[in-house]
Amino acid sequence: MSAKDNFLKVKHLYNRAGFGVSYTDLQKLSKKNLDKVVDNMLKDSQKDDPINLVNDFESKRQLLVQAGLYAKKDLNDDEKKMRQQIIREQNEVSRDLNIAFITRMINTDAPLREKMTLFWHGHFACRSNNPFFAQQLNNIQRTNALGSFKTLLVEVSKSPAMLQYLNNQQNRKGKPNENFARELMELFTLGRGNYTEQDIKESARAFTGWMYDKDGSFIFRQNLHDPGTKTFFGKIGNFEGENIIDIILEKPETAQFIARKVYKFFVNDNPNEDHIKELATHFYNSKYDIASMMKKMFTSDWFYSPENVGTKIKSPAEFLVGLSREFYVTYNKPQVLIQLQSSLGQYLFNPPNVAGWPGGQSWIDSSSLMLRMRIPSLVLNDGEIDFSGKADPEDEAVIALSRTATTNANANMKPKSYVNANADWPKFLDTLPKGLTPLALTEFLLQPKLNAKITAMVSDNKGLRSTAVEITSMPEYQLC
Amino acid sequence: MNRRNFLRNTGFVAAGSLFVPAFMKPLEAMALDELSLYKNLVVVQLSGGNDGLNTVIPFGNDIYYQKRKSIAIKPEEVIKLNDMQGLNPNMAALQEIYDQGWMTIINDVGYPNPDRSHFRSMDIWQTGSDSNQFLSTGWIGRYLDSNCQTCKFPYTAIEVDDSLSLAMKGQTKKGIALKDPAALFRNTNDPFFKAMLQNDKEHLDEDNLGYLYKTMIETSSSASYIQNTSKIYQSKSTYPTSGFANQLKTVSKFISSGLKTRVYYVSLSGFDTHVNQIGQQGNLLKQYSEGMAAFLKDLKSNNKLEDTLVITFSEFGRRVEQNASNGTDHGTANNMFVFGGKLKKQGIFNAAPNLSDLDTGDLKYQLDFRQVYGTILDKWLDVNNADILNKKFNTLDFI
Repeated sequence: MSAKDNFLKVKHLYNRAGFGVSYTDLQKLSKKNLDKVVDNMLKDSQKDDPINLVNDFESKRQLLVQAGLYAKKDLNDDEKKMRQQIIREQNEVSRDLNIAFITRMINTDAPLREKMTLFWHGHFACRSNNPFFAQQLNNIQRTNALGSFKTLLVEVSKSPAMLQYLNNQQNRKGKPNENFARELMELFTLGRGNYTEQDIKESARAFTGWMYDKDGSFIFRQNLHDPGTKTFFGKIGNFEGENIIDIILEKPETAQFIARKVYKFFVNDNPNEDHIKELATHFYNSKYDIASMMKKMFTSDWFYSPENVGTKIKSPAEFLVGLSREFYVTYNKPQVLIQLQSSLGQYLFNPPNVAGWPGGQSWIDSSSLMLRMRIPSLVLNDGEIDFSGKADPEDEAVIALSRTATTNANANMKPKSYVNANADWPKFLDTLPKGLTPLALTEFLLQPKLNAKITAMVSDNKGLRSTAVEITSMPEYQLC
Repeated sequence: MNRRNFLRNTGFVAAGSLFVPAFMKPLEAMALDELSLYKNLVVVQLSGGNDGLNTVIPFGNDIYYQKRKSIAIKPEEVIKLNDMQGLNPNMAALQEIYDQGWMTIINDVGYPNPDRSHFRSMDIWQTGSDSNQFLSTGWIGRYLDSNCQTCKFPYTAIEVDDSLSLAMKGQTKKGIALKDPAALFRNTNDPFFKAMLQNDKEHLDEDNLGYLYKTMIETSSSASYIQNTSKIYQSKSTYPTSGFANQLKTVSKFISSGLKTRVYYVSLSGFDTHVNQIGQQGNLLKQYSEGMAAFLKDLKSNNKLEDTLVITFSEFGRRVEQNASNGTDHGTANNMFVFGGKLKKQGIFNAAPNLSDLDTGDLKYQLDFRQVYGTILDKWLDVNNADILNKKFNTLDFI
């Protein structure tokens, strides 16, 4: 294998398994054997570093106060203020948590772990108004990102965020709520068509009593649990939640469903059934060892074949993180990262529904593509923002409260705003070898193969910095 | 960002002319008489869950006054439409519209197993899904996908906003979002953008890169078409000064200048009135009504009202009983409004909400919102609603 070949393969690996790679690192890594590089990448991501932004103690105090206020019938003015104050603080911390997650992806030295966390963030899609719950779930997804899928699944299922989101808090003996049981099978494990409505009904009974208590910890409430006999996939027993999960994992359809989703996320939107089967069998035989499946995928020849290189549309998170990471961008007002996410259609921690973001071509429409092509110059050249994202429906209450008595509610009366970010150009240029031509830089920054037009565009030398801005503004840069 | 330069500091200069593939240039060839037959649909979204019971007030029902001690609208303030229901006084601007027969109120529109989360319920309304079904395409998007005779252009559906709602996204086709046609036109005429499209036949494949280029070409050709068709048009009507009225003014400009767009989407947000509802909602309803009245009269004066159908929805209504903060919490069924110059059933379409037969404090729906969509798809957009909504919905007789 030629050195150039390895260079391109390692670059592809880091683009898909991580968020890109610096030229310096790429040069170093491409001297190694590809299997070694994959091992290295897994090793780099061994360390689990949870996000500890939301204060455990303060959140539990708030939860207790909220529960107290909720139980009361008539609140006096002070109590009402207290309730609003908590909601306001939670909204603020939720935004900080979003920024913490995206900043983590930008700065991480465990890129595969964060990329997998992003994958699970979309797979176990969830919304929670409570930032402590949201952080907890995000950390469960991070800790188990490369571990056992079973542990991950059980912990997600027991997280207050998910219990609340999928109404398991209301799932009680005699009054079952099937929401969690349904999504568990339809979206988290087996996929549509691999279970019956009866399976949902029976398993919902098994999850009765899976709840969280006043201070936000999982609790199994025996008195609300339905201990009766259930028939699930032909098996009969006094099943509890864990038994149901075990039976689901015994079915190879679960491994297939996850392998397919992983393939579509990391390899190609168009599934190749042979490759997926290969992955699924490996995953099943490894007893759902996620790292093992990832290694299998990254060391497969097909992972590096031309139809899988430079052909995937980056998600907004991949796009923003990749750009920021490449050019060592610091955001002086990091809230702008939320505005960018929401304008591009991927507001982290706020998936459209429990099915997550559909991905692929659905990221792209006329306005989102135009915006993507303009963001590099906004971020790298500190341009002025002249667009606004849609209000998130969950923010409507805040909007309603903040409306003044003017009739200009929707008018754009905002002052000019700027991204207010700094790219560290000296640092970026320092990573490049001396004498690198604009064309070579282009080859490095773009994943799709260069065509004559791009070659011509960059060959009339404008210096590396302006070349970089131009290249990252191209439609080709939307692919990885 | 300097609006004249797509890329600042790059000093990029383009040369040559923009390549437009042949299939992108059918407009000039279009016969003129086709233009006049266009029927338009305007969708108005009220985000946040508008309180329908304080919008169309059931003043003839005592239960309303019992459940809403501090926020009920007094009977003497209500703009009465019949013995039972009337409009919020902030909607005075719509009285004339109603009296002209240009407005229909459909009561109690909802869906089975309603979801009280804003996000989820909006998702359901925009995709037209069941409440336990997740669709990644919107109902208007699937109409675009159907590739019918009248929806083949990239500008068939326009949202007057910076970003595109899920409702407008199909699998293979999507609507176009724009707040200001001139700004989009400038962006697509930037030298860098044009250079990217130059002589680029090789990219028009079915793969993702081809899709990106196709999107750029369509954006560029739509932007030129929209700008060139609408720039000469000068509205003679006066609109109130609000962002919402501005959106409608843009839509009117597009419709009146003969743009071959079929669906327009606008929204007004801030309806999540949990606290001190009266002032906030009143304000929004005033903006809504004054904007709509100006818009409809403008269309009338341009002879476009008969070709235009406007619907208004919100993701849910609110609970029948008010809360302790002089506001209302998330509920279920809600009223929808339909406007147009050719309504079959004008005024109040169906019975007022039954306030004594509730589902744990919430209104029960009489009509599924997809019956309203289905009616519009069948009777106004001339497609088979089952193809778009995944099952057949019975149509209603408002058009």
